[in-house]
Amino acid sequence: MVNSASLCLCGEKMIQTLEHTAFDVQAIRQHFPVLNRVVKGKPLVYFDNAATTQKPQVVIDALADYYKNYNANIHRGIHSLAEEATAAYEATRDTVQQFIHAKEREEIIFTRGVTESINLVAYTWARTNLKAGDEIIISGMEHHSNIVPWQLIGEMTGAKLKVIPVNDSGELIMEEFHQLLTEKVKLVSVVHASNSLGTINPVKEIIDAAHKVGAVVMIDGAQSTVHLDIDVQELDCDFFAISSHKVYGPTGIGVLYGKRALLEAMPPFMGGGEMIKDVSFEKTTWNDLPYKFEAGTPNIADTVALKAALDFVSGIGKATIRQHEDALLKYATEQLQSIDGIRLIGTAKQKVSVASYVVEGVHPQDLGILLDNQGVAVRTGHHCTQPLMNRFGIPGTTRASFAMYNTKEEVDVMIAGLHKAIKLLR
Amino acid sequence: MSEIKSIAETEEEIVDEFSLFDSWDEKYEYIIDMGKKLKPLEDEHKKDENKIKGCQSTVWMVSELKDGKVYYRAESDAVIVKGLVSMLIRVLSGHAPQEIINAKLDFIDKIGMKQHLAQTRSNGLLSMVKQMKLDATVYQAKAGMN
Repeated sequence: MVNSASLCLCGEKMIQTLEHTAFDVQAIRQHFPVLNRVVKGKPLVYFDNAATTQKPQVVIDALADYYKNYNANIHRGIHSLAEEATAAYEATRDTVQQFIHAKEREEIIFTRGVTESINLVAYTWARTNLKAGDEIIISGMEHHSNIVPWQLIGEMTGAKLKVIPVNDSGELIMEEFHQLLTEKVKLVSVVHASNSLGTINPVKEIIDAAHKVGAVVMIDGAQSTVHLDIDVQELDCDFFAISSHKVYGPTGIGVLYGKRALLEAMPPFMGGGEMIKDVSFEKTTWNDLPYKFEAGTPNIADTVALKAALDFVSGIGKATIRQHEDALLKYATEQLQSIDGIRLIGTAKQKVSVASYVVEGVHPQDLGILLDNQGVAVRTGHHCTQPLMNRFGIPGTTRASFAMYNTKEEVDVMIAGLHKAIKLLR
Repeated sequence: MSEIKSIAETEEEIVDEFSLFDSWDEKYEYIIDMGKKLKPLEDEHKKDENKIKGCQSTVWMVSELKDGKVYYRAESDAVIVKGLVSMLIRVLSGHAPQEIINAKLDFIDKIGMKQHLAQTRSNGLLSMVKQMKLDATVYQAKAGMN
């Protein structure tokens, strides 16, 4: 059986292990209808999974099934459809709780995604707890969604932003983090796995150290949740943010995990229906968790379908998926390195399946257009991490990010496409 | 100067040239070739005020009015965009402001490159077309005042 404790296996051992597992990528591909697409006359090679993953048929079915058979507004309806819809919506909360090993189901708040989860914490916890002289630590590899909300809160409260620098391999310089971490720091918000580089950050070390100075820690799990086993209790993070669409689920739905004590003490984010207990013109009292943070009619259909996505991933097993993806990353990395003039951006020891690169004398956008011409979908540009791109002195990269349904043969198509494109462009 | 083709005629000419290509590869090869051949813009013109910034690539463009005609010169840091820019210049440069304002530029669609004008590309090409027309509008307004 596979070694589920390893996050990033390297060497021949991994290939052997992969061959010994029951993972059948062709069988997996059958679950994803979009993979039958032809683009510019070529079979689609979808390597933009860090932006969004494709959806298995079970997720598409769950969405259609909800609308076809039990669409109703949830929680207060007395009729059968409302009961069924409520049950399905709340079943997803239980599944998410198990998926990230949260202590209580009430600690799972549904949001639109990581961006909203971070903003929720910024505008409730941070806005009411931070003051001038306080400090917030983020890292040099954050997505703009984990930079801008804190800048806005900094302007409101007077709290200052401090940044953990990144080394040439794309890893956080932890010595610098420990030096930045003083009693002034009230919040640390870092990305678990970098969307641009793939780097897996030592979040456990960050959380433990931050707690020693009394700081609250938020983890951006946008990229990590799909690849790594997430145990929020073991991590002991205070907040953890997830986007469903990066875990094979629908767009428009995500999760904020928060420790109960913190969530209880926080004011609501948005006011409206559902989040109240009693309303009068003189005084309104808030509903209990998690509903205090779920104002208005929620995104029921996508929440219901998220359960199908998480069950699908759990059914295959993250450890098995990770071995497949790590093998692909290793193969792609080797193949990319054989190309003349290529520079890999992000060579951390611990990585999720992201291969980011620049080619000397070639603009990433030109590469992206010509790869699309070969049916290969990659992402080019700054990946919403402009400060990180500046750190590496580049305007952007070409990024291939792998999912459970990608194959070695698809990597070969990208490499052949790259050779062709570079020849044309240089 | 009477031999100068109208905007529509140049558009038609480009559509004819692209009709010779069977594959996307050949189309892009041609565009890249045009991009490489585009006369570089002097560094002095590559300043912020001439910048048409896209999300991924940048275009610098300058224009001037000579004898009632608008002349454009431009460059980009990405070669495919440069090729597309070169076609826009070929079509619009040397024409009267009103003709430029009226130009439909549907050759871009006809040669299958409409996606490069889409919002998702964010490559500054759409902004470039707007800027070319805006410059023409400004020249025309100035002429009207004289």
